[in-house]
Amino acid sequence: MERRLFLGRMAHGLALALAWPLTTHAAARPLRIGLTPAFLHDRHGLMAEWQAYLEQQLGRPVKFVLRDSYSDTMNLIKQGQLDAAWLCDYPYVLMKSRVRLLATPLNEGRPYYRSYLIVSALDTTTKSITDLAGKVFAYADPFSNTGYLAPRYELTRRGVDPRGHFRKTFFTWSHRKAVEAVALHLADGAAVDSYIWESLAKVEPDLTRRTRVVTRSVEFGFPPFVANNTLAEADYQALRRVLMEMAKNAQGRELLAKLHLDGFIEASPALYANVEEMVRLAGERPNADF
Amino acid sequence: MRIFDLSFRFKIPLWGSALIAVTALILSLSFVAQSYDDLKRDMLGGSESLGRTLVRTLYTTLLHDDTWRAFEIVNAPYQGGVRHGNFQAEGLIVLNGLHQVFVSSQPDTWPLLANMKQLGPAYAALDQRIGGARANDSVTLEAGGKILLAIPLVADGIVLGHLVLVHPADFYWPRFRALILRALAITALVLAVLLPINWYWGRRMAIPLVQLSRRMDELGRRLPEPLSASAYAYRDELGHLFRTYDRMLAELVEKEGLEQQMVKADRLAALGRLTAGIAHEINNPLGGLLTALDTLKRHGRHDPVLDRVVPLLERGLNQIKDIVAALLVEARIQSRALTRQDVDDVHTLLAQEVKKRAVAWEWHNGLEGTAELPATLVRQVLINLLLNAVQAAGRNGRVSARILATPGGLRIEVGNDGRCIPPELMEHLFEPFTGRNEEGHGLGLWITYQIIQQLHGRIDVDSREGWTRFVVELPEGEAPCLSVESA
Repeated sequence: MERRLFLGRMAHGLALALAWPLTTHAAARPLRIGLTPAFLHDRHGLMAEWQAYLEQQLGRPVKFVLRDSYSDTMNLIKQGQLDAAWLCDYPYVLMKSRVRLLATPLNEGRPYYRSYLIVSALDTTTKSITDLAGKVFAYADPFSNTGYLAPRYELTRRGVDPRGHFRKTFFTWSHRKAVEAVALHLADGAAVDSYIWESLAKVEPDLTRRTRVVTRSVEFGFPPFVANNTLAEADYQALRRVLMEMAKNAQGRELLAKLHLDGFIEASPALYANVEEMVRLAGERPNADF
Repeated sequence: MRIFDLSFRFKIPLWGSALIAVTALILSLSFVAQSYDDLKRDMLGGSESLGRTLVRTLYTTLLHDDTWRAFEIVNAPYQGGVRHGNFQAEGLIVLNGLHQVFVSSQPDTWPLLANMKQLGPAYAALDQRIGGARANDSVTLEAGGKILLAIPLVADGIVLGHLVLVHPADFYWPRFRALILRALAITALVLAVLLPINWYWGRRMAIPLVQLSRRMDELGRRLPEPLSASAYAYRDELGHLFRTYDRMLAELVEKEGLEQQMVKADRLAALGRLTAGIAHEINNPLGGLLTALDTLKRHGRHDPVLDRVVPLLERGLNQIKDIVAALLVEARIQSRALTRQDVDDVHTLLAQEVKKRAVAWEWHNGLEGTAELPATLVRQVLINLLLNAVQAAGRNGRVSARILATPGGLRIEVGNDGRCIPPELMEHLFEPFTGRNEEGHGLGLWITYQIIQQLHGRIDVDSREGWTRFVVELPEGEAPCLSVESA
């Protein structure tokens, strides 16, 4: 009797496992959420906690998919391998036709962030990005707003061609590492996400203390959570609701504190209008189909 | 004093110690010198193999111009500011094809895109060496307090750049120092074990030699003491030398004893001849005088003066006769062979005297039957020795007499527990009038000696505290045919 039951369960499990990639059964398939260097995505303990929270709230498995570059995550969205993602605003603008906004996090109570131009703390002379002519400059990611688009837009705005301005540029593939590159004097300057820099200033003050913020850009809409167009409406609403309600329970608030966020609000495309404008003006539209 | 004149007591241990120390030092030094080369080569080899591993991952970053990834790779060994275990390079530099710094572990020291020439003369020299080297060959250069090791980043025979491992010139020093300390500790340990052994062994060799040398030194002046048997108990050349020395010394002692005996015998013989001669010369007129006196007594007139003088003369002449007779020991062979009874008679004869003096005596007559020896003379010898012994033992003393038949002769042992004979007396013991005292004329031992000489025997005295013993050996059957006058 027991043996037959056991064999029966085995067969059922096997069938499920084989059918898994094709099945659309909501309870069995995990919700796949892409995470990018838009936040400190190397804090694995925190992410495990957050994942468990989302699973509990959604009542279904959640899988975080980590990638070190925005383009990887963007490709996964494009290929339908992600249901949702925490993207930078620049990729969002580029992928507008493929995704819809889920929610925008609140940083310091507001849904905005900036681009910080940082140099070594030992460099006391640099006043603006133009002073870094002929120096080594670190970008975070070619699809980062604050770490790539904003400084290049700034240069363009000042009538400087960003392509010849620096002696050498390189990508660190994360804002955090861009801070490190400057702190270790590998690069003379870098442009980083203000949210990341401020979070680091709390978590690793020794690192940020070795850098100096030269200029702060205008405010941009905070990197939003977006849902793939392929995500079912019910799932979209469920995820949106869970995010919006995070600040309403103790466990959620605790997580938000660790993420250095205050909560989520309804995302509106208007928040990202100035990014779209920059993309248009700077002509920095990569020759890729997103 | 020169070092080579030192006593063996110091020289052997010192030489041994010096040899051991020099050997240990040379061994340690050669070991250290060998290790120095090995260590330097091994550590550079270790560095190169680590470098070759890094090169494989760095190659792609250079190809993709991925500065940050390259930095993460070269910076990995220095995470946390501490150099890891075996990784001895203090810094890593990746050079691009133009020999500029593509990335380095310490951008402060070796900034991005810096030319090798800007980094200092050592790097400039390396730059030239790299240019001349074949693809795939690493280049090592020691200059300016650094050891630089350049490993090319090669793919398909194309050199994309180089990985330069920068070592402080003394990067192997901490390990080398540990090695030296260990070598020193082992050397010290070896010396601590070997030196005391050497010292002990050296003295073990030297002390008997020194003793031997001292005794040889004494040899000319007096006979030295023999070496103690434990001084050197081995049967090697040294042991042989010591045994030979002891044998030589024993022979010398024996020879000296013999010489002394001979001198004594010669003296006694000369004395014998002299006394016999004198006695003989006195005897002849004495006979005449006594005869004349006799005649005077018998036929002389009575005269009050003569009556007073003649007995005086007679007593005086008789005393002279007695003494001359005693000095003239004549071994006339009118005697029969000695029997057991003759010996027992002596016992009986002296029993009274012994008793009078309250002397305890042990008597052993071992003679069975007869001995081919003149009974009168043997008895005379025995009586003389016993009387001497009884006198020497004194009141309540102890005397022992043993008469033994030996193969081919007779042995007489007479002992007493009286005072020992002083050495100065011992020297002239058998000479006439030597042992003179209130009880005898001092001729007893002289007569004894003369008799024994005539019987071709020998007499030995052994006198020590508490026991004095005379031993007489008489050969049987050698009848004396000469009187003492011609002895």
